[in-house]
Amino acid sequence: MLASPEPLDLMFQALADPARRAMVERLCRGPASVTELGKPFSMTLSAVVQHLQVLESSGLVSSQKVGRVRTCQLEAGALKRAETWISARRANWERRFDRLGEFLAEQEEPSASTKKPVRDKS
Amino acid sequence: MTERSTQHATFVIERHYPVSPARVFGAWADPVAKARWFNGPTQAQSEGYVLDFRVGGAEHLRTTFPGGQPHVYDARYYDIVPGQRIVYCYEMHIGKMRISVSLATAEFRGAGKQATLIFTEQAVFLDGYDDGGSRERGTHELLDKLGRSLS
Repeated sequence: MLASPEPLDLMFQALADPARRAMVERLCRGPASVTELGKPFSMTLSAVVQHLQVLESSGLVSSQKVGRVRTCQLEAGALKRAETWISARRANWERRFDRLGEFLAEQEEPSASTKKPVRDKS
Repeated sequence: MTERSTQHATFVIERHYPVSPARVFGAWADPVAKARWFNGPTQAQSEGYVLDFRVGGAEHLRTTFPGGQPHVYDARYYDIVPGQRIVYCYEMHIGKMRISVSLATAEFRGAGKQATLIFTEQAVFLDGYDDGGSRERGTHELLDKLGRSLS
């Protein structure tokens, strides 16, 4: 639930660490065991578990132990609401403003060689 | 049944362009210029772009994605200070659902060939509309952005 801003703070704190971001990115592709999640890092299993605890308390990740294997998965719902909306909308504008920059750069050159742009202030 | 919800958000994007602020403003004011960057090259088909750039004027864009429902953008301009400021409201529809209503402010600052564009959007996102893949895309984009801003 995102009723109060606190869970968002926890989520952003959880994602402030590059190792935890890498774990979340891995989990974007599907569930993984703790061992599997720790593989790309040169850290002890207990360090991996600590990172996962931070991710779990933020609500971003949940885990389940079956037999001796603990499997982690992304709680998409936690990211689903405000963050993805804002992120998608914002990313859309960022792309538009990139294109605006390209457009302005294209337009600038011919006007510089043919006629000087009119200054509104002198 | 649609689950009703509202989610409010405000974000600000600041960009610098090596051109005069008047040129940046012009790229918002002229329909031909705006069409060039506002709806850029995607796999989507856009049709019927209309921009009536004056206070009280409307802007309309309908975009169809392959195999998807049409995305419809409708805006109305409330405040225009030539070369300096544009305030407008817009709503987004996907199919028949209104997914968001926003107040947008574009401010044009700077001098000479150093323009600053400050874009502020205040939005309410409605009913948590989930457009299939957009959630996953959004997640990846969020992570990328967080990565860049935090590292």
